[in-house]
Amino acid sequence: MLRVTFPHIGNCYIPFRTLLQELGIELVVPPLTSQRTIALGIKMAPEFACFPLKVNLGNFFEAIEMGANAIFMAGGVGPCRFGYYGELQRQILKENGHDLEFIVLEAPKTHPLELWEKMKRYFPRHRLHDISRAFSLAWYKAEALDRFDRLANQIRPRVNQVEAVDLLQESFYNSLDRACLGKDIKRIGTEALRELRELPFELRPKPLKIAIVGEIYMVLEPRVNFQIERMLGAMGVEVYRNIYFTDWVRDQLVYSIIKPNWRKQLSLLARPYLNSFVGGHGLETIAHTVESGINRFDGVVQLAPFTCMPEIVAMQVLPTVSRELSIPTLSLIIDEHSAEAGIKTRLEAFVDLLAHRIHRGRSKAGGRKLEALSGY
Amino acid sequence: MKHYLGIDVGSVSTNLVLLNHRGELVHKLYLRSQGNPVLSVQRGLAQLIKEFKDVEIAGVGTTGSGRQLIGQLVGADLIKNEITSHAIACLNLEPTVQTIIEIGGQDSKLILIRDGVVSDFAMNTVCAAGTGSFLDQQAARLSMEIAELGQRAATGNHPVRIAGRCAVFAESDMIHKQQMGHRLEDILAGLCQALVRNFMSNLAKGKELKPPYIFQGGVAANLGIRKAFENALGSELLIPEHYDVMGAVGVALLVMDEMTSQKETTRFKGLHFLNEQIVTGSFDCDGCANQCEVVELRQNAIVIACLGDKCGKWSNQINNQTNKITTQVG
Repeated sequence: MLRVTFPHIGNCYIPFRTLLQELGIELVVPPLTSQRTIALGIKMAPEFACFPLKVNLGNFFEAIEMGANAIFMAGGVGPCRFGYYGELQRQILKENGHDLEFIVLEAPKTHPLELWEKMKRYFPRHRLHDISRAFSLAWYKAEALDRFDRLANQIRPRVNQVEAVDLLQESFYNSLDRACLGKDIKRIGTEALRELRELPFELRPKPLKIAIVGEIYMVLEPRVNFQIERMLGAMGVEVYRNIYFTDWVRDQLVYSIIKPNWRKQLSLLARPYLNSFVGGHGLETIAHTVESGINRFDGVVQLAPFTCMPEIVAMQVLPTVSRELSIPTLSLIIDEHSAEAGIKTRLEAFVDLLAHRIHRGRSKAGGRKLEALSGY
Repeated sequence: MKHYLGIDVGSVSTNLVLLNHRGELVHKLYLRSQGNPVLSVQRGLAQLIKEFKDVEIAGVGTTGSGRQLIGQLVGADLIKNEITSHAIACLNLEPTVQTIIEIGGQDSKLILIRDGVVSDFAMNTVCAAGTGSFLDQQAARLSMEIAELGQRAATGNHPVRIAGRCAVFAESDMIHKQQMGHRLEDILAGLCQALVRNFMSNLAKGKELKPPYIFQGGVAANLGIRKAFENALGSELLIPEHYDVMGAVGVALLVMDEMTSQKETTRFKGLHFLNEQIVTGSFDCDGCANQCEVVELRQNAIVIACLGDKCGKWSNQINNQTNKITTQVG
């Protein structure tokens, strides 16, 4: 009997659990990524592999402790090293004495038949009806999660107590994870949104707007990016994350097949600065930064794992974008050596910088004259 | 008369400054942290009491890597990151400044200022080569004082090329050059150049540096580094009189501004408060998978501050308590 596990990425374990269980798979969901997970992963992984590989390995190891004997992993093609991680992780685990089955699911665009064969082989329930039910339930959950997270990011700087948003988020995740019927998922989703809107808030001046761009794993996984959305929210910043799981699925798995020019808008935005698809989310990082500049955001934070090639390319281009569109950017490189204090210091300073820019802009426009000291 | 206290708790030094109500520096203290920031702040405050028996402290700000801990401990009115603090101090001194280079114990920073506003900054991310700690270590290895290292480096006229990408390799390269028989002065000058090169490629890459430059932080005392920077930038560096305590000055200015504009009373617990011994302890929280190591500070067996928990389970509890106490008293 296969007992299958998968690596964590943000809150995606919730839709993944539904999807795989509905397809009749015996599932082991690893414990949420913690310091222990990271420590376990680092022990096995090569030093200069990027951070997601290390954390994934830790997830796998913790799942093996819970009795998993097979692993679902995404594959891929392109310049980013991720496509090869499934095979690499299989060998690393084998060297460490865990010879388990790796089921690498390639993208439906490049390997449609292979994917179908694998689904038929590993999924006990693979009638069309089962598959469509499983996918639609998982999709409802994913959509509910993203809708909640989007609103939470907008509401955090406005409520009286930021902790209340985080508590709501936890309880929403838990009850959504337990729901198994379509109507329950819908009800939980709308109720959570209503509760979020009903939190007591204060009338304050318009909060700063910061866009988060970068590598998908670092953006989606709050347990490795030091909960950057909460951190910024607590500093009174409205966060616009540019990558959501549902968007990614829609673009990469659906539009990439049915809409031949689905990337056109992104590459048009990035074109003055970056003319090639560099792999990973390199092009998206530039495109979304340009977009944020045009839309008059106050700043952009780029998240990248240490040694991530596509993001390094993007990082070299960002200063030009930043100068020409006059949008401040901050690049954060994260791996197991990053400390929360360092990230926090940089974010605080960045937020100060943005606040003072605005302050001065307003005073120039005939607003309140500033005192000598804060007029820097 | 009202005075404002700024405390900068860095990795190597703990700095305290006292400003008067006009924002002028009355007194400064530069103390080595020696791994115990709490004790060095206590010692610093004890010294201040001795010299200034009856000043009124109207506001306290903390900055530096230990700002949260010390801020909670002394009851700071403002806890500010070091980048903003340094920028404020510089701008107050020289409003036309466009580039600030700050090298401290384990951090190096580059702050760009345009039209009197911080426009960009960079901090060393993955490498501490070129910071004060490394120079300290080299001085100790060569058994000389840190001040002597700087002076001798400045007299080296033919700098040797030293690999500066990594502190460990720089050290082995220096040893190699010593064994080749180069003059120590030239090696030290080469080391300074390598460190400046490291700074420029790590922090200044892709950024437009414009004069006037201000160079501050503990390493600004080092003549060799100063000279190497001047060569690399092709321009003179301004070194503030109180280059070693600029962070503390900045946060004191900020707290002065805030206290005067908001007209609040300070939450400072008093100079005498810290006289009693503070015991630090830690425990592993088993509330969730993160297993945070929580640090607890106790004074007379009462927990006065908690730090290190990701979720805020412990620290919020304490903060709420202390807030209540202060409101009851005041």
